[in-house]
Amino acid sequence: MTVDKNMNVLIVDDYKTMLRIIGNLLKQLGFSHVDEATDGSMALEMFKSKTYGLVISDWNMEPMSGLDLLKHVRALPTNNNVPFVMVTAESKTENVIAAKQAGVSNYIVKPFNAETLKAKLVSVLGEF
Amino acid sequence: MMQETHKDMPQDIRRDKVIHLINSVIEKVGAADEISREHIYEELRSLHDIIESTRADINATRAGDISGKHIPNATDELDAVVLATEAATGTIMDSCDALTSYADKMNPDQKDFMLGEVTKILEACSFQDITGQRITKVVKSLKIIDEKISSLMKVLGDKLPAHLSSTSSDDDDDRVGDQRLLNGPQMPDKAISQSDIDKLLADLF
Repeated sequence: MTVDKNMNVLIVDDYKTMLRIIGNLLKQLGFSHVDEATDGSMALEMFKSKTYGLVISDWNMEPMSGLDLLKHVRALPTNNNVPFVMVTAESKTENVIAAKQAGVSNYIVKPFNAETLKAKLVSVLGEF
Repeated sequence: MMQETHKDMPQDIRRDKVIHLINSVIEKVGAADEISREHIYEELRSLHDIIESTRADINATRAGDISGKHIPNATDELDAVVLATEAATGTIMDSCDALTSYADKMNPDQKDFMLGEVTKILEACSFQDITGQRITKVVKSLKIIDEKISSLMKVLGDKLPAHLSSTSSDDDDDRVGDQRLLNGPQMPDKAISQSDIDKLLADLF
């Protein structure tokens, strides 16, 4: 299966620095259509006008957290099976379990490097 | 041998003594016919002394300063750290963007090398996110302590000496001479600019 690098990718993080880091790394990996949101509710609004092929989201955001966003996305009538990667500093076992139960596709603990990001994306999207 | 003052007593012993004195006074008031007023007065006087020494202890902690000055100062400094690192990280990343664009003009080997190094810089920049989150947690904890102390101050209210409910100025700085000039970086809104400094120096010399 080939990965369509023209797919819409949504990055969600309340830290602009992290949005830029992930955005730049994605561009280096060849993804050219990358949108940004600064919390879960903003991201959910963006789902109304676009179909996304990948979501990369932080957990700790207000007013809507990454976990709540994940639950809402999985409950959408369409686009609900989009690969959803949580990128977060929350690294307790119970966090990972909660994310898995909510349907997360993969989980990256901050700080991370480009190699880890690519490996996780390959695991959810396939080789590219 | 000097008699131990109430101030020297450990807190739990002082509390036990207060309870003992109150019970003793109640007992003596109940048997007022047999106990002289002087006895009751002496015990009430002891209670008064303990309360006064407790007030003095609270005074020594300068609770008003902790809530009114030290904690707000600490949170302001930490907020400034977050803003400064965020701004610096933004500048570094702008340079990374410029280098990434420039890499398109290079030959493939040079481009790979350049993008590889830019990636390492980007990875390192994620420190700002982690430190920012940690500092935000510390600020939240400090604000909780601040609220607790403020509540305590409210409960004690006018039972405390007047100077306790207000914050002191920098007069509590016990440093002397040039040591008083060492205060670390100024908050952006309080610092004077380089041009102000240049002007000041020009005026002085």
